[in-house]
Amino acid sequence: MTSPRRFDVQEERAWCPGCGNYVLLACLKEALHRLDKQPHEVLICSGIGQAAKLPHYIKVNCFNGLHGRSLPAACAAKIVNPALAVIVSTGDGDSYGEGGNHFLHAIRRNVDIAHFVHNNGVYGLTKGQASPTMDLGRSTPGQAGGVRSDPLNPLALAISQDAGFVARGFTGEREHLIELMKAAIDYRGYALVDILQPCPVYNKVNTLQWYKERVRPLGGEHDPADRLAAFAQSLEGDDGGIPIGVIYRKDKPTFADRLSHLAAGAALVDKALDPRAARVFMDPFF
Amino acid sequence: MSDYNVLVGGAAGQGVETLAALIEKAFHRHGLWVFGVRDYMSRIRGGHNFAQVRVADRPLHGPRRRLDAIVALNEETVRLHRDRLAENGKILSDAGLAVTDPALLSLPLERTARELGDPRVAGSLALGVVGASFGLDRAIVEGILAERFAGETLAVNVKALHGAWEWVTRHFPLPLGPRPERDRILVTGTEALGLGVLAAGCTFSAWYPMTPATPLMTFLSDRQGEAGIVVEQAEDEIAAINMALGAAYAGARALCATSGGGFSLMVEGLSLAGMTETPLVIALMQRPGPATGFPTRTEQGDLAFALTAGHGEFPRLVTALRTPADAFRQAARAFNLAEKYQLPAILLGDQFLADYVQSLPPLDFGSLSIDRQLLDPVAVGPDGEYLRYGLTGSGVSPRLLPGKVPGQVVMLCSDEHTPRGNITEAADVRTAMVNKRMGKQAMLSREVEEPEFLGEDGPVLFVAWGSTYGPLREAVEALNGEGHRVGALVFGDLWPLPTGRLQEKAPGKLLVNVEQNHSGQLARLLRQETRIACDRSLLKYDGRPFTADDIIVWSREEVL
Ligand SMILES: Cc1ncc(C[n+]2csc(CCOP(=O)(O)OP(=O)(O)O)c2C)c(N)n1
Repeated sequence: MTSPRRFDVQEERAWCPGCGNYVLLACLKEALHRLDKQPHEVLICSGIGQAAKLPHYIKVNCFNGLHGRSLPAACAAKIVNPALAVIVSTGDGDSYGEGGNHFLHAIRRNVDIAHFVHNNGVYGLTKGQASPTMDLGRSTPGQAGGVRSDPLNPLALAISQDAGFVARGFTGEREHLIELMKAAIDYRGYALVDILQPCPVYNKVNTLQWYKERVRPLGGEHDPADRLAAFAQSLEGDDGGIPIGVIYRKDKPTFADRLSHLAAGAALVDKALDPRAARVFMDPFF
Repeated sequence: MSDYNVLVGGAAGQGVETLAALIEKAFHRHGLWVFGVRDYMSRIRGGHNFAQVRVADRPLHGPRRRLDAIVALNEETVRLHRDRLAENGKILSDAGLAVTDPALLSLPLERTARELGDPRVAGSLALGVVGASFGLDRAIVEGILAERFAGETLAVNVKALHGAWEWVTRHFPLPLGPRPERDRILVTGTEALGLGVLAAGCTFSAWYPMTPATPLMTFLSDRQGEAGIVVEQAEDEIAAINMALGAAYAGARALCATSGGGFSLMVEGLSLAGMTETPLVIALMQRPGPATGFPTRTEQGDLAFALTAGHGEFPRLVTALRTPADAFRQAARAFNLAEKYQLPAILLGDQFLADYVQSLPPLDFGSLSIDRQLLDPVAVGPDGEYLRYGLTGSGVSPRLLPGKVPGQVVMLCSDEHTPRGNITEAADVRTAMVNKRMGKQAMLSREVEEPEFLGEDGPVLFVAWGSTYGPLREAVEALNGEGHRVGALVFGDLWPLPTGRLQEKAPGKLLVNVEQNHSGQLARLLRQETRIACDRSLLKYDGRPFTADDIIVWSREEVL
């Protein structure tokens, strides 16, 4: 098929008008299309939240699990069946709040998955409380006196831990986002794309327009292989413009590369199972 | 009938475990039946650790209180265990220790070790003393050293063994001869369970270290290359169970192992397994709680928790492991049932079962089968739409693995979902889905196994579950031998609860629940499901396993 329509499904979308999720979904379909993927070859894992509903609106395999817990499930699914292109597409609260510990360890484990974080600064589904990326001092339905904690910088964190692919996208820059998604899916190892998206209902400050005035696509002058330069870019805020694009990139051995017996044999999903084959393990106990 | 009980004790770091394991293997290789228990403190150095090695010319099922010999690596060992030494028992200890006792056999272990140039051979000297005292065959014991050591280390250890052998005269007559046939194994509950997990074709397991589940995962981890499986240490138990579910969804047979604290963290994931109908096996190896409790000791305190853990209603299998051989078989069965009914299966073990070592006939791998009940991708084909949660007449939605059929996708959804697996809020779909999930519980209840009956039908019937099987079996046999007509029902499957044999056996008897917890959780379950109430309870919650003696003494005083 030559159009991304093979990924379409008839499901009523539970998203608000103007939500960045619509763009993100369309870009993801287009990226999969350009990568020549078929629906059965792709698995999207998500947690719980408005963003996490995405795999219901695209025809691919779906693991819509628990709030915050999609990364471990995604990593294991990829380990078991490496033929699947595994993507986590879920919220910033899900990824950096409830699932923060899994985020750190997904970087270390370096399973070959792509992680797309829908970063809207809020917990949309639970009606607008601050997510870990929201700025200090902003009032929300959960933080009446203003947010009291400093925002999390996911990109700086990922680069500090030497994640192999660290990028930022923006739903207001579609073509740019599609190419970022493609590169992340193609990358061998854990690839993080933090995607800035407006939430027209609960985030009245970081609007589409607000971002448009600030984002700054990284050009040829930035070398993503230069870790210190990447780290410097990841610290840039709205004053110097918000850089978007591949900020850091490095080739590293993946989880599977580090396990020789995984590389050698059949995928775990295709392994022939026979109780008698395990009998040898009893030999030392006689 | 010969039945000897040897205690090896010392501080952590003194080599109690190594010495006990060598002694166990030495007896085992002579064709004797061994039963060994460990009593460790939760520390790496110091404290008091001991192992008890029981050996007889018939199969053994539990530890015993009375000691025939104490191998003391420090003074504290003698102080703590002297009162259990039999009248003609012996204390074997180093001449350098400040022990004065008529039963003492004082040995120049440390001096000899120093003379041999390696203080670490003190263990082999002690092994030699024990071996010679019991009249073991020296060649067999040497062979066991050769399995553990090599090169110069082996040579000096063998030299130590010879030295000790010559030093000792025979103190304990045991009708022994070398027994070359190797037709028995010596395994811990953990090892038997691990062998069952490997035989069941478990290809993925995830865990976070927690005693007493850790040895199972180390067992699997050590063999992952050879078995071609993945054993992943997760960042926490929440990650572990979600990994296992991701792996199961993708097509692996998946396992988690943990103890109470870790299981508490897994509970939301357990509920996810229930909602998404994802097969999963969890080995819940209990230790005394609440909170951190007694990390290295035993209890049966988590039955009620395992039965109800997880929000919402969903079906599950809960099976207690009674013996190492039972653990082997139940592991394989749990993987089959988890896939057949697409639900979580909890194997309830405990520290006692995990760590005790027992001589057994070899485990029968040929008796196990693997039954995955997956949809054949060829039969599905690209036409029509595959429905992961389809409402078919069978009561179980046919399960397809993702990525296997072009044109078909597999949806897993933690929200209430449509037959395809999309989020729904429809009342009629909700009702149908709940009925489908809970209907599997009813199907499963038709194939649960009745408790094993031990002993004789008489005025007293014990009820128990899991690892108390061994001590209770020995107690019942001993009481039967004394002419008391007592019997026992020991449950393996606990949920769904099999009720037939209890209903048949209980009427007219004094019912006594024997459990390692404070509240009598089995008794509560039996009353809830059958209205049959226990009349008396024998409960123990000091972290130490029952011995048959405990049960016999209590029974004589209270119910016989
Ligand atoms: C364990 C658990 N805690 C809390 C919730 C409630 N909850 C659902 S979604 C959500 C936050 C969603 O925010 P985010 O991940 O940023 O996604 P968004 O809705 O903004 O797209 C919360 C707190 C839950 N479902 N599970």
